[in-house]
Amino acid sequence: MELLSGADMLIRSLQDEGIEYIYGYPGGAALHIYDALFRQDKVKHILVRHEQAAVHMADGYARATGKPGTVLVTSGPGATNTITGIATAFMDSIPMVVLCGQVASTLIGEDAFQETDMIGVSRPVVKHNLSVRHPDEIPEVIRKAYYIASTGRPGPVVVDIPKDMTTPNERYEYAYPKKVKLRSYNPAIRGHAGQIKKAVDMLMAARRPVIYAGGGVILGKASGQLTELTRMLGFPITNTLMGIGCYPASDKQHLGWLGMHGTYEANMVMHHSDLILAIGARFDDRVTNATEKFCPGARIIHIDIDPASISKTIDADVPIVGPVDAVLKEMLSLVKESKDKPDAEALAAWWKQIEEWRAFHGMRYETSPDVIKPQEVIEMLCKLTNGEAFVTSDVGQHQMFAAQYYKFDKPNRWINSGGLGTMGFGLPAAMGVKLTHPEDEVLCITGEGSIQMNIQELSTCKQYDLPVKIINLNNQALGMVKQWQDMNYESRHSQSYMESLPDFIKLAESYGHVGVKIERKEDLESKLREVLAMKDKLVFVDIYVDRFEHVYPMQVARGSMKDMWLSKTERV
Amino acid sequence: MRRIISVLLENEPGALSRVVGLFSQRNYNIETLTVAPTEDETLSRLTVTTTGSDKVIEQITKQLNKLIEVVKLVDLTEGAHIERELMLVKLKATGSQRAEIKRTVDIFRGQIVDVTSSVYTVQLAGDSEKLDGFIQAVGTSGVLEVVRSGVSGIARGEKVLSL
Repeated sequence: MELLSGADMLIRSLQDEGIEYIYGYPGGAALHIYDALFRQDKVKHILVRHEQAAVHMADGYARATGKPGTVLVTSGPGATNTITGIATAFMDSIPMVVLCGQVASTLIGEDAFQETDMIGVSRPVVKHNLSVRHPDEIPEVIRKAYYIASTGRPGPVVVDIPKDMTTPNERYEYAYPKKVKLRSYNPAIRGHAGQIKKAVDMLMAARRPVIYAGGGVILGKASGQLTELTRMLGFPITNTLMGIGCYPASDKQHLGWLGMHGTYEANMVMHHSDLILAIGARFDDRVTNATEKFCPGARIIHIDIDPASISKTIDADVPIVGPVDAVLKEMLSLVKESKDKPDAEALAAWWKQIEEWRAFHGMRYETSPDVIKPQEVIEMLCKLTNGEAFVTSDVGQHQMFAAQYYKFDKPNRWINSGGLGTMGFGLPAAMGVKLTHPEDEVLCITGEGSIQMNIQELSTCKQYDLPVKIINLNNQALGMVKQWQDMNYESRHSQSYMESLPDFIKLAESYGHVGVKIERKEDLESKLREVLAMKDKLVFVDIYVDRFEHVYPMQVARGSMKDMWLSKTERV
Repeated sequence: MRRIISVLLENEPGALSRVVGLFSQRNYNIETLTVAPTEDETLSRLTVTTTGSDKVIEQITKQLNKLIEVVKLVDLTEGAHIERELMLVKLKATGSQRAEIKRTVDIFRGQIVDVTSSVYTVQLAGDSEKLDGFIQAVGTSGVLEVVRSGVSGIARGEKVLSL
């Protein structure tokens, strides 16, 4: 057996785990590890400009590829800077391992230089965290970290590594464990057969059914099964913001996404349904609106890998705990075998009603002859990229417009911070995607508020040649904050207006990128075409859009799902 | 409703803080908490008493189960069970009070475990209500100090919580 130092064992473990990229930033407590990294070339390290961005990069990578991301930082500020990124991944159940240096174990608790109790600090926002107590534990700890991060309901795992665990001249026998066993961690591998049978019987008897799919379908790689089942049943389907792409948006059975800024028809269908088949979704407050008014006539089948997600906010009539792909597969075979079929007459009447709702609103906005509407930018981008780009976003109005008007037919292509709502997520996430998808178009749709939260990463893009396209919907305000202030605070725009914006064009150029400004509506298409033609350049596109636009539909606060504002003046 | 949840936990550093953190993080109540290693040195047994609606209790047990270090748990209040709490009380005991306190201690089947010329230290075990009852009976004016262990519990009959 080979003898390796703790630092070398760590890097070897990453190699043996099949890790291609790690994103990070060096510092004192991580220097032994960085030295081990230097002496090999299998695992590639991407040096970011701020640790938060390293985590979002790993996150973007994980969302686009379905594989766990990896981060390496030092102790103290290096570690605490990752927290927002970790919390972002935690809320959206993204698999990730964050390796943090720590002061030497002999110094822990003495308020040593760059010491932070990272296990304590990260605890509420991780799936699990582990600390290394002896160098020879490193391979097992790393194996465990990836196993926990990527199985069951995925999530971030932090590994705290005191510096003396990686001392170069202390060597130990290295062997990477093939398997880990944790007696207290056994995620379900299939759903309960009786419950699945019961669910299928309910599906067959439903008169006004709807399928409500969430991010769990994408994480569980079950889009194929979901699409097959939905088409076989002929039911309408809606998905959450996190579930975008799990079912083709261009398909006629698709209603768009639901919830606070969901489509009129999706929210109407949910409210009036008699059966909801919820798959890998968690009935969060941005979906349900007031829980006591939620879908009064509906019975609920809820499939989720995490039992704690079931009946947390809305009670399920038929809970099914299991991986969505396995459960859907079983459902599919039961539906195929079943002598019963959904009531065709009832379903036809239901679809007739749905088409009326669609015709009543659909997705619409008012255009203007001279002002660029943010929605039309997104529609144009969707057209010019054939709906096939990877789109990351930041948080705010631009995020909602992007989700509403870019039509995703494939999973893993819409990448946003849905749960935590982290501004500053978009650019580093786009970088993580571009690194592994160099041939694909990667758009970061952002606003002038969000982009400034991680704009230093333009430098990382230069270093690693990451030609993402930054689409800055510049309305010179924190648009979503301003919208809420317009609607709820009599337009008192407290701190939602940004003075002294930088010249984004010069800023991009100073990092060696290209900057393009679009102010006139007639330039929109031609300039966007030029931008997209610059395949090997990062282009920062600063687009001046309508400063007064609001995102609609918008659910009325504390109402039911069907209570919505459809424009500044129409309320249903 | 008040519940007693008994948990087998990996006996590892940080495991307890995860349990306690969960309760504050998700706004659940902890009324009492006891924890000690078991005969299997890799495991600790933790007993927590909490209150909440059925829905909240269901979430508490599910969220506890999600913690990687939680091996097994049971809500003891779902079935017949025995609950015990230990209390040590220092009471002012002078003159005629001494005999009166002694009688009350006997009625509650407690023991006087330490004596000075002016103080009795009383040990009492039982369910939480019984301990409350004792304090009420002797009157709070004479109570100098109270220490309670928090509730421990075990199911009645043949049911066991083990691996």
